[in-house]
Amino acid sequence: MSTTEGGLTWTVYDADKLTQREIYGLVLTELGERHPEIVGLSADLAKSTKIGTFGERFPERFFNFGIAEQNLFGVAAGMAKAGLVPFVSTFSSFASMRACEFLRTDVCYQNLNVKVIATHGGTSFGSAGATHHSTEDLSIVRAFANLTVIVPADGIEAAKAVRACMEVPGPVYIRIGRGFEPRVYDSEDYPFEIGNAVEMCPGTDITVICCGPVVYHAVQAAKILREEQGVSVRVLNMHTIKPIDEAAILRAVADTRRIVTFEDHSVVGGLGTAVADVVAASGKGCAFEKAGIPDEFSMHGYPEDLMHHYKIDTDGILEKIGEVLGRDFEADEDWEDEV
Amino acid sequence: MPLRPEERTRLKQIALEIRQQIVEVTAWSGGAHIGGALSMADILTILYFNYLNIDPARPDWPDRDRFVLSKGHGGVGHAVTLAHRGYFPKEDLREFNATGSKLGMHLDSSKAAGVDVSTGSMGHGLSQAVGLALAARVLKKPWRTYCIVGDGESNEGSIWEAAMAAHHYKLANLTAFCDRNHMMIDGLTEDVMSLEPLAAKWTAFGWQVRSVNGHDFDELAGAIEFARANGDGPVMIIADTVKGKGVDFMENDPAWHYGGLGGELLAKARASLERMA
Repeated sequence: MSTTEGGLTWTVYDADKLTQREIYGLVLTELGERHPEIVGLSADLAKSTKIGTFGERFPERFFNFGIAEQNLFGVAAGMAKAGLVPFVSTFSSFASMRACEFLRTDVCYQNLNVKVIATHGGTSFGSAGATHHSTEDLSIVRAFANLTVIVPADGIEAAKAVRACMEVPGPVYIRIGRGFEPRVYDSEDYPFEIGNAVEMCPGTDITVICCGPVVYHAVQAAKILREEQGVSVRVLNMHTIKPIDEAAILRAVADTRRIVTFEDHSVVGGLGTAVADVVAASGKGCAFEKAGIPDEFSMHGYPEDLMHHYKIDTDGILEKIGEVLGRDFEADEDWEDEV
Repeated sequence: MPLRPEERTRLKQIALEIRQQIVEVTAWSGGAHIGGALSMADILTILYFNYLNIDPARPDWPDRDRFVLSKGHGGVGHAVTLAHRGYFPKEDLREFNATGSKLGMHLDSSKAAGVDVSTGSMGHGLSQAVGLALAARVLKKPWRTYCIVGDGESNEGSIWEAAMAAHHYKLANLTAFCDRNHMMIDGLTEDVMSLEPLAAKWTAFGWQVRSVNGHDFDELAGAIEFARANGDGPVMIIADTVKGKGVDFMENDPAWHYGGLGGELLAKARASLERMA
């Protein structure tokens, strides 16, 4: 199975063998052929973030700034001011925290066409521990005006997001994993639009809203529940955290009256909070819970072990769905008394 | 090429008018970063009226020279200079700091014509200037990028990250000035956080350094001419200046980092500048 889009050819084999970061590097290189205004920037992580692939093809358009993330984002802003489109790659913990004010004030305040590829999102750096985990980045960057925030579910979606971000006339933050995350999509043959959630599974009993590597597990959990218990779980891949797909959330409130969010990120301020804002503002009754990394610093460990520990893998999602389905909740059709 | 006598006279007159206008705007706006605006007024004057390849009628002209005020709190001095250069009517300065105004303490490039880059937070401008200079190389454009860094601002680590990068990429199209007025909010730079030996620091970071009197147009011109002819890498012009230059009771008083003017004080400031003429 393969699809072709804009001269790019991907196969499922590729997506299985390549990490999100490798796919990002390849897509950016392809985009670079058609867009001479694209430049690649990194801070001693060209190899780790795979932007080096672009640098090998376009050495005159690739710039390494050493271990200096503040300057990295300041330079990107200056280059964008002159009409270039910088793709800036570094670990998401550094993009969102070490370079925080440079991203906010130089890039977002000036609404510049800078694309941030923030790798090693969430706890995907596993054994590196909390210094290199990025469990606050969505909370931080979501607060920046002008910034679009995307968390692709797998390598195929990362490829689509990298291409789509070229159509956004302003800054975009794309958070990807370390790699090795299981593939969610069979092909690129699905509609990906920034700001529109993808319904991975239809459902009427409860809605799971998730992003990033958690999407794979949510889909697995929904299948198990449907096949073994006849529970109808709607799974929304909320790949765009900002602007959030309010319509999809409101439909979920109306259709299922129960929502759980899952993310590889702190429960403070990320996807769950973004969804909660919409649910609360709706004025409609809805059983709602946020799941993710609790309000604590994450521990060392293998990424899959950490996802299990923090209950954002298939087992954890099954457990949480069971809890929320069991919650006493007024599920009548009368909305008037709830407003 | 050395300045001709009439050029020198003209620049002195413009710088005086800019200083006078800075004093008036400080009075209108209820307060401004007047000390550091007055210290760099001669650098702004020689750049905007002698060297920058710009066209105020086309502030977005792609091939223009770029200017970045890394010490963004000097916005009042930059705004006055832009108004004098014809980017917008001097009357607009009446709205400086007013609610909803396009001109405020730290200039917003999306609102104020002629402002290439928004600055304000310390240590951001030089990196953006490096980006502009690198962009000229990628785009094969002839424009030059100029940047004024504050001496107090040079405490920021990001200034030195940018310094390393400018040298690494041999950005001969980048010229920076350090407005070395020796003062910051809490006092003398050497008391708060020593910068010296400052020239040696920049030299060690790979820049070519020229140290000049920042109020002497001939010395400034000589250093800028050197930078423009230099093809090896970035040049730092350390401009020794006097904070509050031209207003005698402000000169060398850190208290005038930021302040307001009115009544008798305003009259004294005007009189002091008259004497400068």
